[in-house]
Amino acid sequence: MKNKYSVFSLIKNALSYHENWQRAWKDPTPKKEYDAVIVGGGGHGLATAYYLAKKHNMNNIAVVEKGWIGGGNTGRNTTIIRSNYLWDASAGLYDHALKIWEGLSQELNYNVMFSQRGVMNLAHNLQDVRDLKRRTHANRLNGIDAVYLSTEEVKKFCPIINTSPDIRYPVLGGTLQRRAGTARHDAVAWGYARGADAMGVDIIQNCEVKGIKRNGDSVEGIETTKGFIKTKKVGVVAAGHSSVIANMAGLRLPLESKPLQALVSEPVKPIIDTVVMSNAVHAYVSQSDKGELVIGAGTDDYVSYTQKGSHQIVEGTLNAILELYPIFSRMRMLRQWGGIVDICPDASPILSKTSIKGLYFNCGWGTGGFKATPGSGDLFAHTIANDEPHKLNAAFNLNRFVSGDLVDEHGAAAVAH
Amino acid sequence: MFLINCPYCGERDQQEFKAGGEAHIERPKQPTELSDDEWAEYLFMRKNIKGVQFERWNHAHGCRKWFNMVRDTSNDEIKAIYKMGEKPPTQ
Repeated sequence: MKNKYSVFSLIKNALSYHENWQRAWKDPTPKKEYDAVIVGGGGHGLATAYYLAKKHNMNNIAVVEKGWIGGGNTGRNTTIIRSNYLWDASAGLYDHALKIWEGLSQELNYNVMFSQRGVMNLAHNLQDVRDLKRRTHANRLNGIDAVYLSTEEVKKFCPIINTSPDIRYPVLGGTLQRRAGTARHDAVAWGYARGADAMGVDIIQNCEVKGIKRNGDSVEGIETTKGFIKTKKVGVVAAGHSSVIANMAGLRLPLESKPLQALVSEPVKPIIDTVVMSNAVHAYVSQSDKGELVIGAGTDDYVSYTQKGSHQIVEGTLNAILELYPIFSRMRMLRQWGGIVDICPDASPILSKTSIKGLYFNCGWGTGGFKATPGSGDLFAHTIANDEPHKLNAAFNLNRFVSGDLVDEHGAAAVAH
Repeated sequence: MFLINCPYCGERDQQEFKAGGEAHIERPKQPTELSDDEWAEYLFMRKNIKGVQFERWNHAHGCRKWFNMVRDTSNDEIKAIYKMGEKPPTQ
């Protein structure tokens, strides 16, 4: 039984110099057999395990992670959460996640620092204006809060933006989703891990999958660096390495893995109290609670698993940032890093069964998976437990690349993927 | 970020180039007879290898010619570069 985190537990543990806190999750050795194994201990994988245990009573399950939990893209993204997607299928998927975010800290008894500070997307040319207006209307028809802002309203909402008409990419307007915002990405992984662990889920770190054992068209288990684990259901949530796992099972996926970069500045006093995204120039800015500017850049165009991207990508992003926010011109950047994102041809994710019985994939989140973490876990757990997709993720099946029924969010979403 | 030895122009900065994805995907000879599965395989499915991969690149801000590259995607090391139509090197 997990001790509940509260102000009383904080005081109690302060009196004993914080030396008696209970472990948030165990460090088990793998059992011989599980009812299901989740490959990948990032936010999506841990959320999947959490909802499998919580909503589908599957407690004899494990999450295997080749490194440490939350050490991949969960700890590398820019923590933006929003649901203002154009198409109905995407709106349903991402808003499902946003609704779970709104009560997640309470549900997990773990502060994920979800902050609904709003996300503003800027328009820099006439086509942007048309696209953003269209998306605002589509969002409202789907019950998602969205407003279109004029240049003056953008300036009022975020005064440090340079709205001068004579800059290279002038601000012609923008959209605002007030329910959107950010969360503490590590806390999401840790909160789900603690919640899943409390319900009996084994979280096995430093355990890399080396092979998937098949018996004809069904899964029999996985080979790992900690030995063979027998299981009839394998849910793969391996982000940039999804194709690597798929190849082990003899499958091909419509994915390309590319480096996506982000960087943070030195910490400063509060200066920007919202999230501003600018898809035309690939510049995304928010400020963390520590005071660092969190800046997202674009992807490189070649396949790479190196977790580092090209310098000119960062340079281009910072050029745009400096033009939009001249006030940042003397700030110094503290750290820069890359994560490997798995991009689908239609820039929409795959949460799907496969041609192999008992093998499920949750991948293709590309450059924007963090925001969907709770919804993705919930819907993928449903798909694994019932061997059928939930109606909200039915459109995100692998077969759409055969039928042609794509969910084309490329350029349609609020961000150029 | 790395240097690429264009077979026509010599060594140039990678930012002059545009990656064109997996190489040697042959266009179906008889498209009218292809099933939907085969179309999906041709259009969308990719090897996306972590390791040595064969790719197409274009010297977009240079001679604008296409060529092939063998590159290790786990460390971005370029193993070989050869022109379109030439036989890929054996590993």
